[in-house]
Order: sequence, then C-alpha cells, then structure tokens
Amino acid sequence: MTVPVLSIKDLVVDFPFHDEVFRAVNGVSFDIMPGEVVGVVGESGAGKSMTGSAVIGLIERPGRISSGEIRLKGERIDNLGEAEKARLRGKRIGMVFQDPLTSLNPLYTVGRQLVETIRAHLPLSESEARQKAIDLLTEAGIPKAAERIDSFPHQFSGGMRQRVVIALAIAAGPELIIADEPTSALDVSVQAQIIKVLKKLCSNHGAAVMLITHDMGVIAQTADRLVVMHHGKVVETGTVGDIIRRPREPYTVKLIDSIPTIERREGHIATAAPANDDGAYVQVKNLVRDFELGRGSFTKLLPGKVEMFRAVSDVSFSIPKGQTFGLVGESGSGKSTCAKMIVGLVRPSSGQITVDGHDIWAGGAGHQERRKRVQMIFQDPYASLNPRWRVRDIIAEPMRTLGIARNRTEVEHRVAELLNKVRLDPSVMRKFPHEFSGGQRQRIAIARALSSQPEFIVCDEPTSALDVSVQAQVLDLMSELQSEFGLTYLLISHNLAVVRQMSTAVGVLHNGVLVERGPTDAIFDSPQADYTRMLLDAVPDISKVA
Amino acid sequence: MTDLPQTSTQPEPAAKSPSRWKAFWRSDIVWSYRRSPVTIVASIVALLLVLMAVFAPWLAPYNPFNPATLNLMDGFTPPNSASYSGNYFLMGTDNQGRDVFSTIMYGMRVSLFVGVLATLLAMIMGVGLGLVAGYVGGVIDAVSLRVADVQLSFPAVLIALLVFGVARGVIPPNQQEGAAIWVLILAIGLANWAQFARTVRGATMVERQKDYVAAARILGVNPFFILLRHVLPNVVGPVLVIGTIGLALAIIEEATLSYLGVGVPPTQPSLGTLIRIGQQFLFSGEWWILLFPAITLVLLALSVNLLGDWLRDALNPKLR
Repeated sequence: MTVPVLSIKDLVVDFPFHDEVFRAVNGVSFDIMPGEVVGVVGESGAGKSMTGSAVIGLIERPGRISSGEIRLKGERIDNLGEAEKARLRGKRIGMVFQDPLTSLNPLYTVGRQLVETIRAHLPLSESEARQKAIDLLTEAGIPKAAERIDSFPHQFSGGMRQRVVIALAIAAGPELIIADEPTSALDVSVQAQIIKVLKKLCSNHGAAVMLITHDMGVIAQTADRLVVMHHGKVVETGTVGDIIRRPREPYTVKLIDSIPTIERREGHIATAAPANDDGAYVQVKNLVRDFELGRGSFTKLLPGKVEMFRAVSDVSFSIPKGQTFGLVGESGSGKSTCAKMIVGLVRPSSGQITVDGHDIWAGGAGHQERRKRVQMIFQDPYASLNPRWRVRDIIAEPMRTLGIARNRTEVEHRVAELLNKVRLDPSVMRKFPHEFSGGQRQRIAIARALSSQPEFIVCDEPTSALDVSVQAQVLDLMSELQSEFGLTYLLISHNLAVVRQMSTAVGVLHNGVLVERGPTDAIFDSPQADYTRMLLDAVPDISKVA
Repeated sequence: MTDLPQTSTQPEPAAKSPSRWKAFWRSDIVWSYRRSPVTIVASIVALLLVLMAVFAPWLAPYNPFNPATLNLMDGFTPPNSASYSGNYFLMGTDNQGRDVFSTIMYGMRVSLFVGVLATLLAMIMGVGLGLVAGYVGGVIDAVSLRVADVQLSFPAVLIALLVFGVARGVIPPNQQEGAAIWVLILAIGLANWAQFARTVRGATMVERQKDYVAAARILGVNPFFILLRHVLPNVVGPVLVIGTIGLALAIIEEATLSYLGVGVPPTQPSLGTLIRIGQQFLFSGEWWILLFPAITLVLLALSVNLLGDWLRDALNPKLR
C-alpha cells in the first residue's frame, strides 16, 4: 500500500479567546494520496482554512494544535520547530492563496520572486533558475513569459497574477499544494482557466492538491475526492461524483440541495415576458454614464482636456410588474453603476429611467415618486446596516423619513410585523447589527427595504456574501415576499445559477454594453451572443461533475 | 455561523444574551483595560487628580487666595516642617506664606478648566469641519484641508500666542484680566482643531462609501441628518482618542503660555503660573515651590496621555 502524501489524524485546533477556548477544528482525519486532488468544502466557520493552516504550520497565535497528528509522507510535521516548518513550506508544501495581489511582493519583479524561491530550495545557478522560472510561467499559461518575467505584479491582471502564484507554489517541486480559495477573488471566465492551470501543473509535476473552497462548482470540476466539513468536523468523505449525486449525511444532502445550478429546474415558473413592453412597470431607455478620469479637486477647476470613461453604454430594458429581471456581468461590466442610477445615487449622463410612468431623474415630483417606490438591498450585510443603530431604528428609518408612521407604538408595531415577515423574532429589535450572523443581517436589510412599502427593489448581489445554505434561505424569502407583495425585482449578480433560479428575464452586461437580453430559459438554453456562451461554458457548476 | 437544519419557515430565536453587566465586563474594551496595569494606575492617578481639582474648595487645607488667612511670616516654610504660625504645610509654603499643596489643587482647577474647554472647542470645530469636508468633498474639502495643513506646520504654542496678541489688541484694557482665561481657551482651541478635522475627514470618507449611507441617501434623508445621525456616531472612536491625547496637550500648552506670562493672571494661578513663580526661587534653595507643581503637571499630563494611548490601542482592532 502506498504511503499517503498527507495524513491528518484526529486534528484539534483551539483558539483561546478571553477566558474561553474556541475549538476551530475538532477531530479531523483524512488522507491525501500521491497525485490526488482532494477538495475540502464547508461554509464559513467550518474550519477548512484552519486545517490548511495547521498543515503548513501557520496557525496564528494564540491558536494552537491541541492534539492529533499531521504526517507528510509518513513523517510527523505538526511537532516540528519553527525553523524546520519554515523549511517545509515552499520546498515540500506549496501554497496558493485567495488574493493574488497580497501573495506577491509588489516591490519585486515576478522573475526575482520566482528565482529566489527556486534557488532557496534547489541547487541551481542564477541563469538556470531563471530559465526554469520562464519554463514554469510558460507552463502556467503566461504568454511571452521570457519578456514578462521582468514585470512587476501590478502589471499583470488578477488571473495572470494567480497563474504566477501557482507557478511560484510549484517551483520547488513540492509533494503537496494547498490551495485556499484559489479562484474566489476572480471572475467566472478567469476562474475556469485558473482551475485548469492548477490541475494541469499539479499533475505534470506529480503534486497532490488540497483544494479548500466554499464553492461546490469549483470542486465538482477539479477534485477527485471530497471532504465535507461542518463546525470543525468532517461530515462526509467520498468521491466527488458519489457525494454530489448520492450524498448520505443529512448535512451534505441539505448542502447539495441548496446549491443553485444553471441547469433548468423542474417547476421553474418562466413566463416569457415580451422583451420591450411599453406598458412595463420599470423602463430603462438608452442609459449612459460617463466618468471623468483622474482629476484632483483643485485641478478640476483648471481648464484642460478631460478623459472620459464610459461605464454604462446605451443600456435599455424593461421589467413588467411583479417580475424579476436578472442583470449578469463580471466585475467592471457596469452592473453596479446601472443599479446606482436606477435607485438615484448616480445621475445618468443620458437616457431615461421610468418607474410606474414617472421619470425618476426629472426632479421634484419624480424624486418623490422614486423615494416612495424604489428600494435597494445591498451586497454586504455588514456595511449596509449602521453598526451604531439598533435594529428597530434601522428598520424604522424609511417609514419615519417618508412619514408612513410617526408615533412610537405604531412604528414598533410595524417593525415587529416586518421582522415577522423576514422570519426574525420581533424581540431582536433592541439589538445591534453585530449581534447577528450574515444571513440574519441580510434579512434585517430586507425588512428595512420593505419598510417604506416599495413596489420595486433593486438587489445588488444580495447573496454573494453569504454561505450557500443561507443563500438558499434568503432567495426563498425574496421569492415569497415577491408573491406576497407583488414586488418587482432587479436582480444584479455575477452568479448565473442564482439569476437562473430567480429571474423571468435576463440581460447580460459586458464592458457597459448589454450584449444580450431575453427570457431566462432562452438565454441559458440557446445563448446568441459569443460572450454569453463563453460565460455559460466557463461557470463551474455542480451539474458539470465528471 | 449558521446551521443548515434551521428551516426558513420558522422565526429564528433571538440569540441568548448573558446579563448586561457580564456582557460589559467581558467586552473587548473592558478586557483590554483589565489586562493593562499601566492603564489602571494611570486612570487611578488621573481620577484622583481630577477629584482633587474639582473639590479643591472643600478638600484643600487652606484657601491660598484669601489674604486674611495668609501669614507672611510663614513664607518659605520647607515641606513637612515647623512653621512660624504653627500651621502644618505638607509641601511647604511660597514667598507669601501660601500653602503649596493648596495652590496646586486650585491651580489644577484652572489648568483642567482651560484644558477641557479648549479641547471641546477644538473638537467641535474640527469634527464639524471634518465631517462636512469628508462628506461633501470637492472644493470645500480641498480648501479646509489646505488651511489645516498650513496651520499644522506651525507649533500650536505659536498660534496660541498669535491669537492672544490679537485679543489683547481688541479687548479694552480694563476687561483684559477677566477675559484672559476665555482668550486662553480660544487660543488653545484654535491651535488644535486641525488634528480633529483631519482624522474625522478621513474616517468620514470611509464611512460615506458604506452602504448604510447609500441606503439613507436612496430614501432621500437630509444630508445634515445623514452626517449627524449616521456618520458621526461611527467616527466618534478616533475623536475620543485624539480628544484624550489633545486634553493632555492642551494642559501642557496652557502651562507653557502661563509660564511665558501670557496666560491666566497671577490672581488665579494655574499650574504653569505656579511653576513660573517657583523657578524664581529655585536657585536660592526653595526647591519645593517649583518641584511640587511641576510633578503634578507631569503626573496629570502623563496619566491622561497614557489613557489616550490605551484607548487608541483598545479601539484599534489591528493591534488587538
């Protein structure tokens, strides 16, 4: 029997906090065989990253490994001294982190960092190391590696930078690569390429991979075996196909079930809406927004050439009452700028937005109508609630501002009602936002949005900061509220699966241009634009499990 | 963080909260206080000094400003030794027979009064300007920040002296003595607003990007209320820190000005005035007249400063 590259037995990691001890990893055991790609999945707080940190000996103090053992090729490594652990890192265990910007030193060229790493671990001369670095970069898919090797990290895009990081991790020929959320900071189209590069390089160099991620889709396309973690414990292990198709443990069943997929689901209500209905509730016509580039507040006063950047270019769509329009696009596609113009935060350079027939940028009356009818749900539930306000006051603000309810008992009564609607106990109204989890906060944000009794809600990435199981709950809640109050949604997301599940019609934004627009099923099943097709191919999805 | 088994059809129960006192005792800020002996000592010293100053009329053994109780023959009595009149003077007496211990207590009153009011003035000016500059941006921001930069390039004492000189020219001579303490407060306050303005501006620029401000803007909340009710509560942390450290600085600035003779009138001596009086006698051997007020000033400024340092660290999550 072959010796596993990595063998973890009954690992326990404790974090003393004030007078108590928090157990981040609680008796975790699994093996990784040579050349194998093992995915470790779990929601936030599951202890998956902590397990990775324990293997490379980088647990931040005051955290510590309390018991258990970690063996690399049969030798124990958890009880080594700092210096010996440091020698393992890079040489025998390579690392790829989430943010490629912080894992490269911005002051050194890419080549210098690679050559340094190679020479630190392998007995090569400067020029040999440089040649090896160029080979590695080429292998990682960096075009013209011989020229680009002397560039600085900021001269590479996010995806290219992550390729460099992978080359760096593999440079010294380690037996194991630990990749912690290697693609979470990247756009979907880049994500797919990086997964391929990671897989290819590791199999070329015979390195086993421990892939830590919250994204089942990534695992489905990458890993051979899967370790599902929850609350610091291993819930289930098995091959990827087995777990995704036939999960055994109740937790895994629920987890798999709550992951939205870009495949059509049974019972999906897709009433095809006419693409451009003049009677539609929300109409966006020829929307354009330009931004001035790089001018300080004083230089702005001077005459001179102004460079313009067109963030949104001639976007038109309409949403019938009570339906959801999904707007998808990668970062920088202008989707958030669209949202800001529709809710009244950013003035359009040209174009028209009407809600229920009122031009919301027409001034006076239009402004009033917008305040009454339009609300927004934000991406980050940590930043969208004022941390110094109590939940009651946060939810009451819209009704107080618009004069819907003024006296104290009436306000409290309405707040309690709204909390019930979003399935929170009304007794929480005296608490502060920091006492809630991310999903609960997003419910509070939804209650606030509903508080002004709006008819149209713009949801800007409403679930992308949440774990999948919580995401499913929040999406369910949004659908229920939509049918209860007849709400109209504009759903903005980079997550195609979420958009497919929620929307009746979809628009695809690319570099500020709406490249495609139509009923959801038509777009997902027979995309017309090249960009849409590429996007749909690239997205990691659990339906694509090998 | 969240449990999967929770079904979305049931209201989530409120998280169990321990008693209010226990929550307070376990909160991060109290925790870091309990773990810092220096801070505990500093806060006790500062509290004692402040109490001594506030309750000086009731606590001081003598009233050093009532000529009827003074005996010139008690002058220059060394600390803890027999005096002409038989009265006991813990820290000795000055040239006019005033009890040094009592004058220090009364002097601290003046120092703290000036320091606290000047810091409050600087805080109100700086926070107000900083909020507006950070939120509105543009030309208002550029102009007010440039003014702050220019002012920060001069020593605060120099600016206070300038304000003082102008005031002396404007206020009629017969009112100058009564107005002196208010001019002093104005001078020190004007010299210190820039720190607050800069910090608050930066913090405001961070906060205004956050979505809770956007949510209020979408509702059409008046910008004044957004600043007052949304942004201000979220920038008070750094303001408190600069305020505490600024209080120590203001006390020292007041002492400096009084030492230079431009501060409070000698009939109402502050710690700085006492030190100025004391240094006349240092070389003739009456060291106590200088030393005790000087030690008090150091203790006061140091303890307040240490509290400010601790507050800064305790409120900074990066150092935790």
